[in-house]
Amino acid sequence: MSLPDIQTLTLPNGKTIDTHTFLFINNEFVAGHGPMIDTVNPTTEEVICSVHSADESDVDAAVQAAATCFETTWRKVAPAQRGRLINKLADLIERDIEHFAHLEALDNGKTVAVARDIDITDSVACFRYFAGWADKIHGKTVDTTFDKMCYTRHEPIGVVAAVTPWNYSVQMPVWKLAPALAAGNTIVLKSSEVTPLGILHLAALVKEAGFPPGVLNVVTGYGHITGNALTKHPLVAKVAFTGSTATGRRIMESSAASSTLKKIQLELGGKSAQIVCADADLPHAAAQACQGIFNNHGQSCNAGTRIFVQEAVHDDFLALFLEETKKLKVGDPFEDGIHQGPQINKVQFEKILGYIDLGVKEGATIALGGKRVGTKGYFVEPTVFVNCTNNMRIMREEIFGPVVCIGKFSTVDEAIALANDSEYGLAGGVYTKDVNVAIKVSNEMHAGTVWVNCFDVFDQSTPFGGVKNSGFGKELGKYALLEYLNVKTVKFQLMDI
Amino acid sequence: MANFVVQTSTKKGYKLDLQTGLFINNEFVAGAETIDVVNPAYGETICAVQAADKEQVDQAVDAAHKAFYGGWKEAAPQTRQKLMLKLADLMERDAEELAQIETLDNGKGISMSRNVDVPASISTIRYYAGYCDKIHGKVIDTPGSLSYTRHEAIGVVGCIIPWNFPLLMLAWKLGPALCTGNAIIVKSSELTPLSAIKIAALAKEAGFPPGVLNIITGYGPKAGDALARHTKVGKIAFTGSTLTGRHIMKAAAESNLKKVTLELGGKSPSIVFEDADLDQAIKWTHHGIYFNHGQCCCAGSRIYVQESIYDKFIAKFKEYAENTRVGDPEDETTFQGPQVSQTQYDRIMSYIETGKAEGATVFTGGERQGDKGYFIQPTVFTDVKQDMKIMQEEIFGPVVAIAKFKNLDDVIEKAHDTTYGLAASIHTTNVKTAIQVSNKLEAGTVWVNQHNVLHPETPFGGFRQSGFGRENGEYALENYLQVKCVKINIGADL
Repeated sequence: MSLPDIQTLTLPNGKTIDTHTFLFINNEFVAGHGPMIDTVNPTTEEVICSVHSADESDVDAAVQAAATCFETTWRKVAPAQRGRLINKLADLIERDIEHFAHLEALDNGKTVAVARDIDITDSVACFRYFAGWADKIHGKTVDTTFDKMCYTRHEPIGVVAAVTPWNYSVQMPVWKLAPALAAGNTIVLKSSEVTPLGILHLAALVKEAGFPPGVLNVVTGYGHITGNALTKHPLVAKVAFTGSTATGRRIMESSAASSTLKKIQLELGGKSAQIVCADADLPHAAAQACQGIFNNHGQSCNAGTRIFVQEAVHDDFLALFLEETKKLKVGDPFEDGIHQGPQINKVQFEKILGYIDLGVKEGATIALGGKRVGTKGYFVEPTVFVNCTNNMRIMREEIFGPVVCIGKFSTVDEAIALANDSEYGLAGGVYTKDVNVAIKVSNEMHAGTVWVNCFDVFDQSTPFGGVKNSGFGKELGKYALLEYLNVKTVKFQLMDI
Repeated sequence: MANFVVQTSTKKGYKLDLQTGLFINNEFVAGAETIDVVNPAYGETICAVQAADKEQVDQAVDAAHKAFYGGWKEAAPQTRQKLMLKLADLMERDAEELAQIETLDNGKGISMSRNVDVPASISTIRYYAGYCDKIHGKVIDTPGSLSYTRHEAIGVVGCIIPWNFPLLMLAWKLGPALCTGNAIIVKSSELTPLSAIKIAALAKEAGFPPGVLNIITGYGPKAGDALARHTKVGKIAFTGSTLTGRHIMKAAAESNLKKVTLELGGKSPSIVFEDADLDQAIKWTHHGIYFNHGQCCCAGSRIYVQESIYDKFIAKFKEYAENTRVGDPEDETTFQGPQVSQTQYDRIMSYIETGKAEGATVFTGGERQGDKGYFIQPTVFTDVKQDMKIMQEEIFGPVVAIAKFKNLDDVIEKAHDTTYGLAASIHTTNVKTAIQVSNKLEAGTVWVNQHNVLHPETPFGGFRQSGFGRENGEYALENYLQVKCVKINIGADL
C-alpha cells in the first residue's frame, strides 16, 4: 500500500515535522513513476523517508504544464503582478523559516542556525531582490535612419529547466527561480535526489502565494533518469545547472545533441585561492580565511581551498589560522553551539578521506585534523595541509570537504600566477592593506569574484559566476536577468502606401 | 497635549478620524496658523488643519538633516525597501479610508479615488521599493586609474505638490525620493491636505525613522517659498502652475542653487485623423479633457479634427459630453465632480466668458451645474482661432476647444503653436501616421489612440514651458541622485 504525499518525520528533540514527498506538477502534488528514492540523514546515516522520483513521462508532463502555462497564462500576467507574487512567496518563506531550517538540517546536515540565518534568510532576500526587477526589464529604442523605427524587446525565453545540487538545497534553486520568474519564464526544477525535501515545501508555498498552475514544477530524481530527460526535452528552451564540472559537461553535450538547441548556464566547481600578503591584518585574515574554506563544511563551489601565504608571515598566519580552525565545533546540526555538521553522504565522505590519504602520500603535511569524527554520521575533522605545492592533486582537484591546502609565495606576481594556475576560475581573494596590491590582484586574477580582505561574502545585487572550468553565466544581480531573456529586435519600415 | 484629530463623516456616513497636524520628526505638531479645508461638492468646511510658516519649515528641514546624517544615509537599501513595502501594505489596508478622504477633500468621484488614485499611488510606492537596491554606478576603463561612479543621494529634498491628484502626486515624489535614500519635506496643497497627512501617519506606523519623512500643509508664498529658499535643502521638486514654477526656480537661484525639477502646465493637443476609429476617438478625447474634471496638467484641452470628419465628430462629441455623469462625488456612478475650489470655479467661468467675448461658440455647456458646490457643465467651444486666450492659456477645467485641420503639416504647426509641451494624443488606425506624428510632436508624452494613460514604469514630464525633469520610471531616480566620480591612482607616480 503506497504512502500519501505528506509524511510526518520526527526530529531529534522529539518534535515532528511534515514533508511532501510527491512530485509537484501544475500546482498539484502527484505520484511519480520513477524509482522511489530514500533520502538519508547524514548525522545518523538513517533513512528519513522515501520520495517519489520522475521518469521520462513525468518529466514530459511537467514540461508540457510549464509550456502551456507560459503560452496561455504566464506571459500575459503584468510584470508588476509577477513582482507582487514573488514578494508574496518571499513573505511565505519567511513565515515558514523554522520549518525550512529543520528540514535542511535533517536532509543536508547543516546546522539549524546556519540553515535559518543564512540559507533561508538569503533565499527570502533573493526573491525580494528579483521581485523588484519584474517591472523594470527595459528594451531600448535605437535610432537608425529616419524612415525606420527600431527597438528591442527583452522577452522571457519560455520553459527553463533548472538542475540543482545538494549543498544549498533550497538556496541554489532560489538563485534560479527568482530571476527566471521575474523575467517571466516558467520552470521545471530537478532538485537533488540527495536532498529533495526543502524545495518541495517551497513548491507548496508557490501554490499558496497564488502563482498560476504550471509556473513552477518540481521533479525530484536521479541525474541519469530525470535530469537526462529534462535537459533533452524539446520544449525546454534553457538549462540552468549548478553542480560538478563533470555533469556540467554532460549537460552541455546532451543539449548540443538534442533536437532543440538550448541556452545553457553552468555554475560548476572551483579551487579558489586565498592570497595572504605580508602586510595583511593577520588575525582578520585568519578569521576570514577560515570561514572562506570551512563554511558549509567545505561543500561550497567557491570555497577558498588553496591558501597562499607570503613567506615572511607564513608561520604567524598559520598559527592564527589553526587557532581559528580549532574553534570550529563539529557535531549534531540540531545542537546549539555547533559550527560544522556531517558531510552530505557516504560517497562524499569516503572521497574526502581518500583525498586526505592522497595528500599525505603526495608529501603534504597534516597540521590539523585528518580523521573522521566519532563512529556514526559522516563527520570529518576540519583538516589543514601545509607544505603544499601547486602541482599536487590535492591542490588541483576539488575535494568538496573541510580540507584546506596551504602553500607559500614570495612576490605578489608569483601569488597571482599560482592562483591562476588552475583549471578552475570561480573565485579568489587577497588580504592586504595596500590599495595598489588590492587593485592589481583583483584586476589580474582569473576569477568570477574577487574578495578583498574578506571571503565568501554575498549580496543579492552583485553577480556571481566563474570562468574556465567553473562554468559561464551569472547568478544574482541585474546580470542574472540576461540569462533568462531573449533579445528581439523590431524594425518598422515606414513606407508610403 | 493637543492631538489634532478631528472626527467627522461623509454625507453617506463613512466615519473619519482626520489628523490635522503638521508631521515633523514623526510627531504631529501645531503650525503657525490654521487653514480651513472645504468640501467642494457643498462649499462647506470639513475641518481646519495646522499650516506651516518659515519656522515650521526650518524645524522640518532640521529634522530631515539630522535624520539623513544621523544614520539614514548609511542605512542598507534593503531597510528602505522593507519600509516602503510596508507603507504600501498599510496603504492597501486603509485603501477605502484613503479613497473617502481624497473624495471628500478634492471632490473627485469616489469610483475614481477607489479605482484610479489609490491603487496607482500604491503601485508607485511598490515600484520604487523595488529600486532601492538597484542603483548602480559604472566602472569606466581609464589608463592609470581605476575610475568609477557612485550615484549618491542628495540628502535633504523638498517636494511641493498640487491639489489635483493629492495622493498620487505625493506618491510620485515619495517613491523615487525615498528609494534613493534621501530625507524629505513635503509641502502639500493648502486646498487638499488631508490624504497626505494620513500617509504621514502610515509612514510612522510602517517604521520610518523620525525625520526621514516630514509632511507639512502650508501656503505657497509662506511654507513653499521657505522650503524653496532653504539652504540646507539640496533639491526641490515642484508640480503645479507654470507661474509658480518660475517662482520656485528663482528662489532656488537666489538661495543655494538647489537642483530643481518642474512639472508644470499644459495645453495638450488631441489630434483626430480621418482614419481614426471614430467612436473610440470620441471616447478617448472626451476622457482626455473631462477626466478629473479637466484638472489634469496633461489634459487634451485642444482637439484638432481632420476636416473630412469634423462635422460628424463634433456632433457625436457634443452628445457624449452632454451625457457625462456630473454629480455628487460620493455617488459611485459619478464621473465628474465639482472643481476643487471657489477660486478655480471663478477662474474657469471667467475663461468661458472670455471665450465668448473672443468670438468662439459655446457648442455645449458653458454654465454652472446645479446651485450648490463648484460644478461646471462639460463645455465645448467651436469656431476657435489659434490666438484666442482659450486656445493658448491653461484653463484647468472641463472646457475643450475643437478646431479643424487640413493635413499633417497643418496640424503639426497648430499643435506646436503653444508655449507648452507636456503631452499630446494621436487618433489614427494608420501605423505610419502613428509613428511619424509621435516622432514629430514636441511633447513629453505622446499617446496613440488613448489619453491620460499613465503607469509608474514609464516616465512623464514636459518639453518647453511644461517643465523639465521626468517623474516615474527609472528616469525619475536621477532627479534625486548626484553622480560622484572616484579615480584611484593605480601606479602613476609623479
